[in-house]
Amino acid sequence: MRGRPNLYTSYEAESQLFPTMTHKVALALGLMVLVLMPFDLPVIDQLPLVRFLGDSIWLRLVNKMLIFTIGALGLHLLSGLAGQLSLGHAFFGGVGASTAVLMGGKASANLWGWGLPMWVWLPAAGVVAALIGIAIAPTAVRVRGLYLGIVTLGLVFIGLHLSRMFPEIAGPGDLGRKWPRMELRLWKEEEPFLDFSRDGHWLWFDATKHQKTYFFLLVIVVLMAWWVANLGRTRTGRALAAIRDRDIAAEIMGVHEYRYKTTAFALSSFYAGVSGALFASFVGQVPPEQWSLRASVTFLAALLIGGMGRVSGVFMGSFFVIMSTRFVEEVVDWAKHQAEAEGLFSGFFDFFISRGTGDGGLISVAETAMGYPLPASALDEIIYGVLIIVFLLFEPLGLSGIWIKVRNYWKGWPFSY
Amino acid sequence: MTVLPVVLAANAVDTFVQTFFRGAALGSLYALLALSFVLVFKATQTVNFAQGAMALAGTWFLSMVFIDWEIPGRWLGGPTWLNWMLAVVVAALMTGVLGLVVERLTIRPLIGQPVFTMAMVTLGLEVVIQVVSVDAVFLTPRVLGVPWGADTFRIGGAYVAWSYVAAMCMAALAFIWAWRFFKTRAGVAMRATAFDQEAALAQGINVGRVFAIAWCAGAALAALSGIFASMAPWGPAGVASREGAFFVFRALPAVVLGGLDSAVGALVGGLIIGFAEVFAGQYLAEHANVLGYGYQQVVPYVVMLIGLLIRPYGIFGTKEVRRV
Repeated sequence: MRGRPNLYTSYEAESQLFPTMTHKVALALGLMVLVLMPFDLPVIDQLPLVRFLGDSIWLRLVNKMLIFTIGALGLHLLSGLAGQLSLGHAFFGGVGASTAVLMGGKASANLWGWGLPMWVWLPAAGVVAALIGIAIAPTAVRVRGLYLGIVTLGLVFIGLHLSRMFPEIAGPGDLGRKWPRMELRLWKEEEPFLDFSRDGHWLWFDATKHQKTYFFLLVIVVLMAWWVANLGRTRTGRALAAIRDRDIAAEIMGVHEYRYKTTAFALSSFYAGVSGALFASFVGQVPPEQWSLRASVTFLAALLIGGMGRVSGVFMGSFFVIMSTRFVEEVVDWAKHQAEAEGLFSGFFDFFISRGTGDGGLISVAETAMGYPLPASALDEIIYGVLIIVFLLFEPLGLSGIWIKVRNYWKGWPFSY
Repeated sequence: MTVLPVVLAANAVDTFVQTFFRGAALGSLYALLALSFVLVFKATQTVNFAQGAMALAGTWFLSMVFIDWEIPGRWLGGPTWLNWMLAVVVAALMTGVLGLVVERLTIRPLIGQPVFTMAMVTLGLEVVIQVVSVDAVFLTPRVLGVPWGADTFRIGGAYVAWSYVAAMCMAALAFIWAWRFFKTRAGVAMRATAFDQEAALAQGINVGRVFAIAWCAGAALAALSGIFASMAPWGPAGVASREGAFFVFRALPAVVLGGLDSAVGALVGGLIIGFAEVFAGQYLAEHANVLGYGYQQVVPYVVMLIGLLIRPYGIFGTKEVRRV
């Protein structure tokens, strides 16, 4: 039996998360690389991609990506698994962030905060978001499809208004306030026994704060991703998939639609809340305006670019959405160097680059540039807007769909099938 | 975004009349925008989230046409208000063409795909068009050259801005046009397409052309509402700014409340939301310390949520028949 692909002799075997030996080896290797990635180890840091991600600027982005992935996993539960369009995901992220700062922040004259440790505020951020998800479920479950999209869009604007009403919680709208750091204390004592947000000494390593944060987030993300992937093969996961595929048929088969949709909302909001709290804590100071429609669309974009309905797609999409900003900057920088190097193609690159003197280029390289020669940040937003469209038009399964195509091609190589 | 008139009426009756006109005008704007959503939804079964970007593009086109190029003015002479209205028509047409191009490139290939896909494409379009127009075009706020500016006239002791009257007239014209349109051959084809795309194709209806008409007209209507929403009492003295796109997201509750596929629903929903917002802003103002600054901007969403709890498909929306 061994070695035959796609031959399963029992339901247990087929529904395993990592069905084949190849999967298991790849998983073990992948985890090993992920764990060793941020270190300057003699062999590992010679691998080109790993060395490049181990750089502390890139590692910061990787951390940001991990946090984003948690939120995207939540949206994957709701939109990918249960098939409910949500434009209000950022709202739940904001709820989580506000809960975190209310519980963990330091009180002052015009700010509220209880100064509780992280093991309280991080789960609480998720739980409060989940409770609010349950609270809006009676409205959200009754409406379908695009009506649901607009209802959840309403949540974003109501959330922004609430944040303006209570500047005591999350700080003034365009500024925000200091969020509690990622550090573990038993209760309110002075010195944390584990600090993920400062450079320091761990066992026999000198660890930078990015490396510490990375490990902390990696543990959380692996656990949460494993839980989401596992949910897909439980009773709840199958019920959600049934609702996505045909809600009325699912109901006839005995799936309690209301209960399972509420579950999906609660779980997805939990993930969003945790993600929001971590993000705010990671950045340090987040203006409440951050949790806007644009943030919701970014989550959806990650799902669509990665491939709807797949956990691997969530990772690919998050990687793409977060890293693309930096990639675009690097490419623009590279093009600028090419233009200045007086090489063979310098004229070609010079055509695209503008130095802010009205030389007709398309992309501005000046940091503060705004306006017609587009700044790199605007270019990045345009790129992912275009990518949403392009992927939906030409590759609805996203990056993971491309991966499957490539894999299947090599599976049968040199035969076409 | 709603800049309230500074002039306050003397007594309660005048305040009411003034508030009523403000509500009716804002309601007309919402209704106008809701109609553009309904048009696109009727043909494609999709909410066009890019409508805000279209409205933004419309205001920009008007500013280019009327201020920079002086398009009809440089040949016609004539009074300013006439030139301005012609420029508005030109700007709406230009936005219509933009809608046509966008539809042909991104929406037409999706005929027969799930509506979810199409809605997501429009979200992508929204990002692209808005970023282009905000980052590349709206560096400096652009003047629209509205001929009546912020002028008002008086009914008794109540001050009414000319923009209110203009907005109401515009909405009335648009709805009369829509009412006529749904009786024409193209309108009937659109209704058939909305009902079932495949069946419509089998009947010999050119679904692609229906899509094109809906997107063109929808974009033009969005441009008109964007232009009128940028006028004096709403925008700061007839200046186009990126706020225009957010105005559109406040109009979405009107569409949903009235029902996504009903032109009558667009009118009623728009007026309800407009009145609710303005009356709440006027008469709950002394509770602002409890409700928070700018609470009237959230009123549309609250009204929508309550409305949807009672009627999940909106007041005039067709209840979706679900077949197994």
